[in-house]
Amino acid sequence: MAGLSFDLIALQLFAGLALGAIYVLFAIGLSLIFGMLTVVNFAHGAFYMVGAYVGLYLISIGGNFWICLLAVPILIGLFGLAVERVLIRPLYGRGIDYPLLLTFGLSYVMVECVRIAFGKTGYPFDTPEVLQGAVNIGVGYFPLYRLFVIGATAVVLLALWLFLEKTSFGLIIRAGARDPQIVRVLGVDVSRVWLIVFGIGTAIAGLAGLLAAPLQGVIPEMGGTILAEAFVVTVVGGMGSIGGAVLAGLLVGVVVSMTSLFAPEMAKVSIFALMAIVLIVRPQGFFGRAGLMS
Amino acid sequence: MTEMTQSIKQPPATTGSWYEFATRHRASIVAAVILVFPLVMPFTALAVNILIYGLYALGFNLVFGYLGLLSFGHAALFGTGAYLCGIAIVHFGWPWYAAIAAGIAGGLLMALVIGVLAIRTRGIYFAMVTMALSQCVYYLFYQAVDLTGGENGLRGINVRTIDLFGLQIDFINPMIRYYVIAAFVIAAFFVMSRILASPFGAVIEAVRENEMRARASGYDVTLTRLLTFVLSGGFCGLAGALQALHLSIVPIEILHYETSGLVVMIALLGGMGTFFGPMIGAAVFLILENIVSVWTVHWQLIVGAIFVACVLFFPAGIWGTLIARGKR
Repeated sequence: MAGLSFDLIALQLFAGLALGAIYVLFAIGLSLIFGMLTVVNFAHGAFYMVGAYVGLYLISIGGNFWICLLAVPILIGLFGLAVERVLIRPLYGRGIDYPLLLTFGLSYVMVECVRIAFGKTGYPFDTPEVLQGAVNIGVGYFPLYRLFVIGATAVVLLALWLFLEKTSFGLIIRAGARDPQIVRVLGVDVSRVWLIVFGIGTAIAGLAGLLAAPLQGVIPEMGGTILAEAFVVTVVGGMGSIGGAVLAGLLVGVVVSMTSLFAPEMAKVSIFALMAIVLIVRPQGFFGRAGLMS
Repeated sequence: MTEMTQSIKQPPATTGSWYEFATRHRASIVAAVILVFPLVMPFTALAVNILIYGLYALGFNLVFGYLGLLSFGHAALFGTGAYLCGIAIVHFGWPWYAAIAAGIAGGLLMALVIGVLAIRTRGIYFAMVTMALSQCVYYLFYQAVDLTGGENGLRGINVRTIDLFGLQIDFINPMIRYYVIAAFVIAAFFVMSRILASPFGAVIEAVRENEMRARASGYDVTLTRLLTFVLSGGFCGLAGALQALHLSIVPIEILHYETSGLVVMIALLGGMGTFFGPMIGAAVFLILENIVSVWTVHWQLIVGAIFVACVLFFPAGIWGTLIARGKR
């Protein structure tokens, strides 16, 4: 390891945080939806993928990246609202597996629709011009776009935190997660709250897909891979916990990027090893409530 | 679940309904149908596929339908069975029967490893953890290029003839191949019928119906879950081994999570927790896929939409809906 300087490791750490930021965005949406609706959204990867493709389409018809940053979450969120209202709502109270199975089938439909519209092969996704290049962050030059991804994730997290903790609607959401029955008795339309939470979760997934696109390009199958990795994040962090999703998402990103530095062939397997360790030592995850898991 | 208890406890069918007859002779009925099946099918290759996926779904259904745990990682069990069978033939030159045994052992062992980790979680987590672990298995096999051929798949599993007590059977002939594979599948259905009718089978369903009560009655719930998962791995491993012999290649996609999703679809379509469901589901699903893929390459769109409709409107599946009618 003599050839590995401190700077290289520090840079790799930052690269891991940028990768982790995508995991965080993906997993908080998943966690938010599960925490409120107890629905595991197997189509979350498909929403993520559609987000990237919508961005691709908007840019191809003359939009720019900044418009996409606003338009993609709104469009994907609206689509999410429609999915909850039409497909998922009839399944409440029918067992926890059914929404999962339904969203799984839905992901097939969404992936195939994208294949019909855009073809089976992937596309590159250009980094917006102002975000190209690298900046000196003290330990070396770091791609500006990755820094932007970390910043954008921080902004989304801050906005989400303010929304959940400081607004009256956020209060209702938190109350609904704890005890929907009481909230309903108090005269709140809980199904409307769930509808909006699903919309917010999918909107964040769409945004994550857009932010990931310049890093890895877009292909119809991009959602499937990140879904399995996001499950690792939610298991490690504790399902339904936003703080857990943030910490575990960053941790998983750093673990992937560090193992690709030291043992590249183990990079994909390492996060599953991490999950196995957490399952053995602390099955409910970092911040999970013990009751949910056992 | 009522299917099983009725088969033991009820006196001979007094109402004479077709449903009770079917329940009493369930394994024999499956055997009879499998024996005449290729005579009505246009392509024997499709019939063989239905057999293998039916067996795969039978093993999956033990966990999903009877134990009540949704696994999204069964591709790892199916794929490990296929790979071990193939590796035994290609790299070690084992005879076909030993290779099949290796496949079953591989399924059992992989189910034990995944089971020990995943059983620690429950409910909805089980689906996520099994899916993540099977993804891990995918990468491991992908990278072990020397053994598995990596991205290209494991090639060269050529079994031309099968020696049976000095008899040389031509495995290339599609009809003969069908009946050789059918013999294993029928045997598996008889074993499954026996497991479900045993006291252990009753415990499996007791755990699904009411975990607390099963525990209070003195049964080790965690051990029951693990054993059931491992047994399921044996059935899926056998299905994988037969698939390897049938295709003479093990593609890496066999471990992909779509292979896990496929069996979930088949089991739900046929009717989860029913004895005939997996076979019916496999037949309907694969025939449908065959027809749809003739006029469009986007068969996943149709299949996905049908699956969504099934979850919404027919959660009991084809056989489950028929049973509900038969009991009336």
